[in-house]
Amino acid sequence: MLSVRGLHAGYGEAQVLHGVSLEITRGAVHALLGRNGMGKSTLVRAMMGLSTPRITAGDVMLGETRLNGMAPHRIARAGVALVPQGRRLFASLTVGEHLTILKPASARHGWTVARVFEAFPRLAQRKSHRGNQLSGGERQMLAVGRALMADPSFILMDEPSEGLAPVMVQALEGVVALLRDEGLGVLLVEQNLYSALAVADRVSVLEGGQIVHSAPIAESPAETLTRFLGVH
Amino acid sequence: MRAVFILAGLVALASMPLLLPSYQLGIASEILIFSVLAMSVNLLAGYAGRTPLCHGAIFGTSTYVVIIAAAAGVPVWAACLLGVAAAGGLSVVFGIIAVRTSGVYFLLLTLALGLIIWGICLRWTGVTGGENGLRGDLRQGWLADSQRLYWLILVVGAVLTFAMWRLVRSPFGLTLRAIKDSPSRMAALGHDVPAHLFAAFVASGLFAGAAGALYALFNDFVSPTTVALPQSVEGLLMAIVGGVGNILGGLVGAFVLIALEQFVSAYTERWLSVLGLTAIAIMLFAPQGLLGLLQRKSQ
Repeated sequence: MLSVRGLHAGYGEAQVLHGVSLEITRGAVHALLGRNGMGKSTLVRAMMGLSTPRITAGDVMLGETRLNGMAPHRIARAGVALVPQGRRLFASLTVGEHLTILKPASARHGWTVARVFEAFPRLAQRKSHRGNQLSGGERQMLAVGRALMADPSFILMDEPSEGLAPVMVQALEGVVALLRDEGLGVLLVEQNLYSALAVADRVSVLEGGQIVHSAPIAESPAETLTRFLGVH
Repeated sequence: MRAVFILAGLVALASMPLLLPSYQLGIASEILIFSVLAMSVNLLAGYAGRTPLCHGAIFGTSTYVVIIAAAAGVPVWAACLLGVAAAGGLSVVFGIIAVRTSGVYFLLLTLALGLIIWGICLRWTGVTGGENGLRGDLRQGWLADSQRLYWLILVVGAVLTFAMWRLVRSPFGLTLRAIKDSPSRMAALGHDVPAHLFAAFVASGLFAGAAGALYALFNDFVSPTTVALPQSVEGLLMAIVGGVGNILGGLVGAFVLIALEQFVSAYTERWLSVLGLTAIAIMLFAPQGLLGLLQRKSQ
């Protein structure tokens, strides 16, 4: 289990997270909803150990291992992968190269290039294209595929549907469901309420740096969530 | 097709001693040596996104060590290995200090480290000869013949070029390119970015050291000028002119800058201004260097 316990974090003097706690279990999707500026990306960055924000109190735990204070590459090697907001591919690398950064093309264990291409056939057709030559949907698929090549147990997806056409958002929901079926624990950070509701097992709402709602999907009717999110 | 071009290029280079008089052969030797230095700079600047200004110091340290060791009675081949080892040791120290910085901080830090070496070479007169430098006694026997020396430099240069080419095409090279794009993203993917940059720094320093050892054989003289900032700038400029991010760019850059220097200085004392203007024009109109421009035209 990947858990966040009473996390306080911020940038310099500005505290953004005020005692956030949540849990992500394997084989389940935990959607984290919230409007812009509520601290969603700050939470993801803090969980990955990226240099900013600074954690001032609380813990990020992977099983019994405390992750805060660990370098990002160690957190990634421990089994937590990040699909960053805006996809953030490597502009000068091809699709094939993105997938072989972590593991050689000849690797036969865990996630392999062939398995990623099987999950995302469109990427196989675009194998020689560079990251900056792909459409938004393809970039998202590649960002997920790249993260999977680390054979993670947990995957943090920061606003993956941002800027995608509705048909691609639907395809993305299929990808998230596939990851869950593969046994991964998924933290799906979203502003898109309906996309999150389509695949989530549990929903939390972050507001003003605090969790104001956290419940299984069955106990999180859309009407309640829209009230928190201010969407209609 | 590419193999044919490379083979033809190697044959053309190998035939130089049969075609060129002694003076021009010396220039050709110099081009080969400085192309290795430029490639070593390119390894960091073009692939890892860290632009160093200390490679002249690493290069020159190797030259000093080769000349001092040979003067102390060490066989020339062993002195050359000692020179490369010294360059590697220096790179380890520089790398530990520099790899956690980037951008202008990396540039200035490596500049300062290079200046320290220059200061040591200038002031430690008992060992380095100070401003007077040190004259070696390396060009004896087999090495006295400039043709044979050229072929030796060509063979070693070709091996080093192949090694750097393999390195940038290896998974390690791929990782460096991705780090150049985004170090934080690579860290989030599970890569120890400082460790990779450190390894790249040391590898680059070893190649610069090998170039410095060849320079000791070629020049048989070393002075603080060899480790001074202009040497580092020249190596960087050669890499930029030839094409940053393309290993063979170093060869093209070294050829263009050294040939231009020789040609223009025969006509005017203001050859440095001409070199500067040429470099500015290339950076403005061919930011990917001359090889990058050629590749773009051919596409």
